[in-house]
Amino acid sequence: MENYETYEYDVLIIGAGGAGLRAVIAAREAGCSVGVVCKSLLGKAHTVMAEGGVAAALNNMTSPDGQKEGDSWKVHFTDTMKGGGFLNNWRTVEIFAKEAPERVLELEQYGAVFDRTPLGDIAQRPFGGHKYRRLNHVGDRTGLELIRTLQDKAVGVGMNVHMEVTLCRLLKDGDRVVGAFGYYRETGKFVVFRAKAVVLATGGWGRMYKFTSNSWEGTGDGLQMAYEAGADLMDMEMIQFHPTGMAWPPGMRGILVTEGVRGEGGILLNNKNERFMFNPEYTPALYKGQFAETPEEGDRWLTDKKNNRRPPELLTRDVVARAIYREVEAGRGTEHKAVELTVSHRGEDYIKRKLPSMYEQFHALGDVDITKQPMEVYPTIHYTMGGVWAEPETCSTTVPGLFAAGEVAAGLHGANRLGGNSLSDIIVFGRRAGAGAAAYAKQATAGAIDPAQIESEIEILMSPLETKGGENPYKIHQELQEIMQTNAMIARTEKGLQEALAKILELQGRAKHMSVPGDREFNPGWHAARDLRFMLRTSEVIVLCAIERKESRGAQWRLDYAEKDDAFWGKRNLIASLQGDAVRITQRPLPEMPEELKQVVEEYK
Amino acid sequence: MEKITLRVFRGDNVSGGLVDYPVETFPGMVVLDAIHQIQAEQDSTLACRWNCKAAKCGSCSAEVDGKPALMCKTRVDQYPTGTIAVGPMRAFPHIKDLITDVSWNYRMSAKIPPLTPRPENEGKPFKLQQADVDRVQEFRKCIECFLCQDVCHVLREHDRKDAFFGPRQMVRIAALEMHPMDSLNRREQLKGEAGVGMCNITKCCTEVCPEHIHITDNAIIPLKERVADDYYDPIRGLLTKIGIIKRDTKAPLSSVPNDLTKIIVHEPRPVK
Repeated sequence: MENYETYEYDVLIIGAGGAGLRAVIAAREAGCSVGVVCKSLLGKAHTVMAEGGVAAALNNMTSPDGQKEGDSWKVHFTDTMKGGGFLNNWRTVEIFAKEAPERVLELEQYGAVFDRTPLGDIAQRPFGGHKYRRLNHVGDRTGLELIRTLQDKAVGVGMNVHMEVTLCRLLKDGDRVVGAFGYYRETGKFVVFRAKAVVLATGGWGRMYKFTSNSWEGTGDGLQMAYEAGADLMDMEMIQFHPTGMAWPPGMRGILVTEGVRGEGGILLNNKNERFMFNPEYTPALYKGQFAETPEEGDRWLTDKKNNRRPPELLTRDVVARAIYREVEAGRGTEHKAVELTVSHRGEDYIKRKLPSMYEQFHALGDVDITKQPMEVYPTIHYTMGGVWAEPETCSTTVPGLFAAGEVAAGLHGANRLGGNSLSDIIVFGRRAGAGAAAYAKQATAGAIDPAQIESEIEILMSPLETKGGENPYKIHQELQEIMQTNAMIARTEKGLQEALAKILELQGRAKHMSVPGDREFNPGWHAARDLRFMLRTSEVIVLCAIERKESRGAQWRLDYAEKDDAFWGKRNLIASLQGDAVRITQRPLPEMPEELKQVVEEYK
Repeated sequence: MEKITLRVFRGDNVSGGLVDYPVETFPGMVVLDAIHQIQAEQDSTLACRWNCKAAKCGSCSAEVDGKPALMCKTRVDQYPTGTIAVGPMRAFPHIKDLITDVSWNYRMSAKIPPLTPRPENEGKPFKLQQADVDRVQEFRKCIECFLCQDVCHVLREHDRKDAFFGPRQMVRIAALEMHPMDSLNRREQLKGEAGVGMCNITKCCTEVCPEHIHITDNAIIPLKERVADDYYDPIRGLLTKIGIIKRDTKAPLSSVPNDLTKIIVHEPRPVK
């Protein structure tokens, strides 16, 4: 067997997006040695793609009469629970809503430079599902600001950064996670990490869909590593389709158009030039009476937020995505099977100041000047609400020594995530996971590394290089994307999902015999082969959970079970775990919300 | 469907050359799409970096027809000859195909201390006017694609990575130096190891910046002026000495210990 390097840390952090980097800072402040592993270069994680802002109830914004809008953690709590179809873990949401403001202000101390109000405070913008203006932002590049700030701070507190390393397996000593194994992308050499505690901050998985805003990294490695190590997964059927992905030209298909466009007054139009979101059928019962009922009222809201209700373009993402889907299905879409989003009425100066990167993106890539022309948009895969079950206080998972934070973890967003909540998620729970892992590491000793586990992973890794005449991973990936896009997207049926499942199982069989040319040095085909196995297993879990939940709630829209079933499914999460080699799906009752929080919801809903 | 030819540099740090690939185009296709098509259909060993494909992450930097550019932002239909040459950035050690070792940039960045708020502002929400942060926000648009570093003469032709941190880090230091709440005097570092004096203002970096940051005019020149004021202005020096101009009250820069953060990209490189 070839030699490989071994690194030892108190805390190993897998993933260097916002959650991972915030965990680094927390673990270092607790006095631990920290190693962080990124699949790409440092600072390139998906966090950079977040645009609109970071949601936290700072209550900085004032009405025309000079009064503050009245935001508080209680309103944020209620909005988040409502948006998530009450499938969220109430304690996770409580911690989140209470701590988000402090974490945002801390970012400012670390060096983030937010847009300002005339009074000199951090400026906040409106977003879908948030009752008040709550998204602290930097134009439309808030994610970049966040990751760069955390990157600079983390570098300043000291860590070892392992760039372009793909991890494939968590190493266990008995029940406990004690390290991880993977390879350097550059040389293909294997590497072992030994750690007293491991934080998983590996983000989401969207590459199994065809129209996706995810990069090549979003293949669910972290999720699958945890699953294989015995962790419970929760809410895996809940996948967010962002309502506005670019739909034209084809080269740009799926790229995100920030919700900030609608927050800044952007409107959605069908091919009859109707603002179709005003169709009362599209507003769910939970939100009735809370949104403008005429376009005139929606327009007045732009300048007077106190005396007018917000336009229905700012309903939650699941609602808007479904409406766009239905408009296009009913033949009211554009020639490219999309709808129009226009913000040109806000004026050139305003758009260039508030949405500079959207302006640039459409100008350079789509030949569209958004200060004058509409954008063509259609839902795109964006975010995964489900993931590894994590305990709210310390982010520990069901596997000792393993912690999870950010998009890879489940519990905060329930059935649908509100825009802006992901950026506050990663700083609140990134910190908690780092602190939780550090506390665990301090009372733990380093565990033993089992060479047999490494050997079996090496076998999987080397197989496509050693197999001749096998399948091409790119081909299998394409077929997976087709079936997931057609059968497991926004509108789901039992029949379609069963077809998808059969196809996934077929592809899993074929994926056992892949071959790729070349050697181990920076070989994308070889990397793709390993990632594909993660994607296939993740897809299987998604589809099984979507079949199991026989109702429509949040991101899960079943044409054959079109109603929300509060009495049964509204009280249950779906848990997926590994039983031998098979997926086991179980229903787990939601934890009961305490009386005082029920009153909060009653008061602010 | 139209056909174009992508002429891609293939090879490693020992040998290599240009290889032609026929590619079928579609509306709005960018160079990165073409590379992906080659990987999926013709040669999956072709190595390139990418992430967001939306010009937000700065991973897919390369030289397209000799000009430093993001592959995800470069449309193939702007090359009327139908042949497009794509090669790696040349200012950094080559690894394979379109991949170079850019870790040096991260090591220099690690030498720059992050924002250190003045004690009176520590732990309290900042009060800042938009006009006070406009300039800093311009610098913070940087996506670290390192195209400015690639095109910088000091780094590219003269390979003086020992003497100059490069335009990217000048932008970073400028954002800190001009931040109203920062308490460190960064000019000693600028004049010393960061080497702001090495820049001879050819503005090549500004030209290639995909974020349109005015690197030379807004960052480097003002930094040069601040250093000149502090170290080379005899009248200012005299007035400071006799107390007419007050000394800068900012704390002298505490330099970052060298090994605090280590950037590790591979095991010791195999010798070929």
